Amino acid sequence: MARSARTSEISKAKAAASARPAPRAEEGQDAIQLRSLQLAHEAESRYRASDEELLHFYEQMVLIRRFEEKAGQLYGLGLIGGFCHLYIGQEAVAVGVQSALDPARDSVITGYRDHGHMLAYGIDPKVIMAELTGRAAGISRGKGGSMHMFSVEHKFYGGHGIVGAQVSLGTGLAFAHKYRGDGGACVAYFGDGAANQGQVYESFNMASLWQLPIVYVVENNGYAMGTAVRRGSAETHFYRRGTAFRIPGLPVNGMDVLEVRRATDIAIAYVRAGNGPVLLEFNTYRYRGHSMSDPAKYRTREEVQEMREKHDPIDHARDELLKRGVAEDAIKAIDKKLRSVVTEAADFAENSPEPDLCELGTDVLVESY
Amino acid sequence: MAVELRMPALSPTMEEGKLARWLVKEGDAVKSGDILAEIETDKATMEFEAIDEGTIGRIVVPEGSEGVKVGTVIATIEGEGEDPAPKAPPAAAPPQPPAATPAPRSEKQEGRNVATITLREALRDAMAEEMRRDDRVFVIGEEVAEYQGAYKVTQGLLEEFGPRRVIDTPITEYGFAGIGTGAAMGGLRPIVEFMTFNFAMQAIDHIINSAAKTNYMSGGQMRCPIVFRGPNGAAARVGAQHSQNYAPWYASVPGLVVIAPYDAADAKGLLKSAIRSDDPVVFLENELLYGHSFELAEDDQTVPIGKARVLREGRDVTIVAYSITVGMALEAAGQLAEEGIEAEVLDLRTLRPLDRAAVLASLRKTNRLIVAEEGWPACSIASEIVAICMEDGFDDLDAPVLRVCNEDVPMPYAANLEKAALVNAARIQAAARKVCGR
Ligand SMILES: Cc1ncc(C[n+]2csc(CCOP(=O)(O)OP(=O)(O)O)c2C)c(N)n1
Repeated sequence: MARSARTSEISKAKAAASARPAPRAEEGQDAIQLRSLQLAHEAESRYRASDEELLHFYEQMVLIRRFEEKAGQLYGLGLIGGFCHLYIGQEAVAVGVQSALDPARDSVITGYRDHGHMLAYGIDPKVIMAELTGRAAGISRGKGGSMHMFSVEHKFYGGHGIVGAQVSLGTGLAFAHKYRGDGGACVAYFGDGAANQGQVYESFNMASLWQLPIVYVVENNGYAMGTAVRRGSAETHFYRRGTAFRIPGLPVNGMDVLEVRRATDIAIAYVRAGNGPVLLEFNTYRYRGHSMSDPAKYRTREEVQEMREKHDPIDHARDELLKRGVAEDAIKAIDKKLRSVVTEAADFAENSPEPDLCELGTDVLVESY
Repeated sequence: MAVELRMPALSPTMEEGKLARWLVKEGDAVKSGDILAEIETDKATMEFEAIDEGTIGRIVVPEGSEGVKVGTVIATIEGEGEDPAPKAPPAAAPPQPPAATPAPRSEKQEGRNVATITLREALRDAMAEEMRRDDRVFVIGEEVAEYQGAYKVTQGLLEEFGPRRVIDTPITEYGFAGIGTGAAMGGLRPIVEFMTFNFAMQAIDHIINSAAKTNYMSGGQMRCPIVFRGPNGAAARVGAQHSQNYAPWYASVPGLVVIAPYDAADAKGLLKSAIRSDDPVVFLENELLYGHSFELAEDDQTVPIGKARVLREGRDVTIVAYSITVGMALEAAGQLAEEGIEAEVLDLRTLRPLDRAAVLASLRKTNRLIVAEEGWPACSIASEIVAICMEDGFDDLDAPVLRVCNEDVPMPYAANLEKAALVNAARIQAAARKVCGR
């Protein structure tokens, strides 16, 4: 009796052992599926842009750079208050991603580092700058400020000051796309620091469980304020962070606008086909301090200089344009035009009036009770 | 065409700074991104970058100059760019934090060495002294160690106490508030710094559900001696999501101690008491006060929790205040005195447990009372004071108690709207006149 019981234990154990390779094969299958987008990206890593397209990307990136430099200047003059988070260095990400979206259907959401993004979405620089200076003509009528800007018209849902919030909110936007069946997808941008917030993973789980149409975009610029990635993150390859939720991820060079575009094309195609979320990690770099008041003692001047001189997304695009034979004059003409666009935006922002005092109490609630 | 370089505003609250070092000299060619100078604010040394291309023309303010006002021309750049030089508009005056009138202290100062110290330093010293005294005390939070604190309150702590006791976390408020609370349950004495209390909203579940209720639910077995601290209330121009006073939220929760000091002596003494307390404490600081200097005795005295303090005696009206509005109340009281109204200023200091007796005693003396609070009026500390006066001071009242608070709206960003939204000394004065029938 005892003996036979033991035999059956052994045979159970044997059966279990022989059953084990099967799930392993399944895991292998999973791994391939999770890596499928990476394979597609490795097969072709850069978008094949026409000269006109590349020139357009260049123009958008330069617009962001000049705008942000001007914003920094206005901050120093006391015309912009509070926090002001410049996007200088990261331009290729917003420009490349945005070019892959369908503005009629797709929605976007980001954090407080949002002015650069908004320019990539085609929002008028004047109303952005006027928001930064807190004027009535600003996109939030002066009531939001640099971290809190929105444009429902452009399906840009903010502009959020609380680190990580946009990830859950973006997942909600994706939920709405699916619910309404409008064919749209959401892109939710967040930083390497934000990637550690708990709500990010709660969102990942639900997005994957419910196959929501969302592309999660980590803009890994190396630092969350003064915290270098390796000091704040146990897993520094952010694209892997969806694996536990079966979300495929892609590591991408975020300093190359064409690589960004290609990766986003792959992600959007996957998401639009109803497969659920994708996680893109763009490796990029912020040249300036976290906000205007960051002394930036956590990195060396040489490190910043090296990125600026060797990996600048705008320099890259310009070199590539020249190599393709695009006339230098055409590039210079763009540079010149954008300088005046930005000067005009700054003049507008400086000279337009502050909000009327009666605006203090408007827009708190929609209805009257 | 010459471009004037002006002393930049390098933080939301900067008004002046020291031009520590020029990294360029007259005649140097510079391009956008080059570091021109190092500028010291009260919080940090910042690099000042060139935005335009050109040649340094004249250096107007020499290095080593202190107290250079924001907007002062410090140098000129001769540009050869295609652009006409941007005209340099006069710098808008940075928001003016209320004047910190040094408070006459009712506690005896004789025989103690008195030094001038900023509120920021007082808080740091409190933590350092308690850490020296008790190995169970440690500091945890975002940017508290290597960066020296987002607002430089933990400056120097890493150097003295090392990474075992001064711990940088990722941006994970819910997680580290829970870890702190658990560590307190496990016998340690954590000081959890929130970069600002706006971000403690991510963690409020642990503060209330885990920390505040444990002692009660365990029948007094399980303690949670923890301090949650950080700046609270409106800063300057940081908008609705970063400008909020959570004092009434926390002060409504049984099981918590809530402290909101005004000056350096109270900040230091009360923080020390908070760290030594066996209860969970929410310690609310104010960013606009961090850089203010106060007189402080050089010793390690604690200040008792739960005791308000009369900062200025008066017989006509009581102004109850806490945190930043104490400064405004003192300013208002000074002005009112010129009009012949003698206002008594009562600093609550601790918001839970609230010193009802002190409020009622002052009311009994003046028979008129107003409450100044930098926060929304509805369900506020001010509302609570009104309730106390109604319940237990009704017979002493010669006029209705008035609340002088912020406007009942989310904080706007625009400079004029923000100013209009915030309580100030003039409004406190107006309310005092009103209850005095002037
Ligand atoms: C919940 C919360 N915690 C802390 C902050 C303060 N804060 C603002 S930005 C930031 C760093 C975020 O870094 P990252 O996500 O990498 O984005 P990046 O700024 O580099 O674009 C911190 C700590 C905040 N706004 N919200």
